[in-house]
Amino acid sequence: MPPAGPEDHRRGEGPELVVYADLGCPYCASAWAEISAREATIVFRHFPVASKHARAPALHAAAEAAGRQGRFFEMVDSLYADRAHADDPHLWQRAEQLGLDLERFEADRRSEAVAARVRRDFESGIRAGVTSTPAIFPGRA
Amino acid sequence: MIAAGEPAPDFTLRNQDGEKVSLSGFRGQKVLLVFYPLDFSPVCSDQLSVYQEVKPEIEAKGVTMVGISVDSGFAHKAFQEKLGIDTPLLADFEPKGEVARAYGAYIDKTGHANRSLVLVDEEGTVEWVHESPTPLEIPGANLIFDALS
Repeated sequence: MPPAGPEDHRRGEGPELVVYADLGCPYCASAWAEISAREATIVFRHFPVASKHARAPALHAAAEAAGRQGRFFEMVDSLYADRAHADDPHLWQRAEQLGLDLERFEADRRSEAVAARVRRDFESGIRAGVTSTPAIFPGRA
Repeated sequence: MIAAGEPAPDFTLRNQDGEKVSLSGFRGQKVLLVFYPLDFSPVCSDQLSVYQEVKPEIEAKGVTMVGISVDSGFAHKAFQEKLGIDTPLLADFEPKGEVARAYGAYIDKTGHANRSLVLVDEEGTVEWVHESPTPLEIPGANLIFDALS
């Protein structure tokens, strides 16, 4: 597994936990509050499995686009807190609530750069042997 | 379990659409046989879903991937539709598990195949094998790419 670097999404302090998660995954959603509450630096890596969760690519793109406006984890928290509203209008609503520039959010989430960023995380998960989510690896102590 | 270097036993099974598929029909290209226990089981669903995500990369390396379990073609069709996958699924249905037995991948006491991967080369020879310690353990797709590199 590639070690966490400056390009990763990180939150918290303490030893690193590298979390491969699917934003469409109910198991991830139920575990997210507990994972987030740990005294650790949470390193979030995208692992959308579209064949299991059809909206996963859109949700990961939305989180990544929010991240480009500094609100990555806020969008992740929002998506996991309410999985029942995942259509595009709901994503716009969430973006508005987070105070994002909607036009930029919309352009970013549909961009190739965002798709490539998500895919890069996914491929690193594949290389690390991830087969289901959430998959948690210890990082730097 | 069959070993690398051995000839891959030929077989003809029906796929999810009822069409006959023979291993010998893939001669000249590599084939990855993905033996798995049962359609619709949670672990098999995770495995086939993740493999579907990397199927284009596997195919880009000149490899055709097929799943094999003891389920019927009708079950395979429903399983494919449920998962939204297009990996061909072959029915090792009658005689039950005959192909899995030929590859040494059958578990008698549970009545289904162990989770096993067999890479067959262009000449029909086994090139690489991975057998999971238990059916509950999914071989990561990284193992496939390691085998193909």
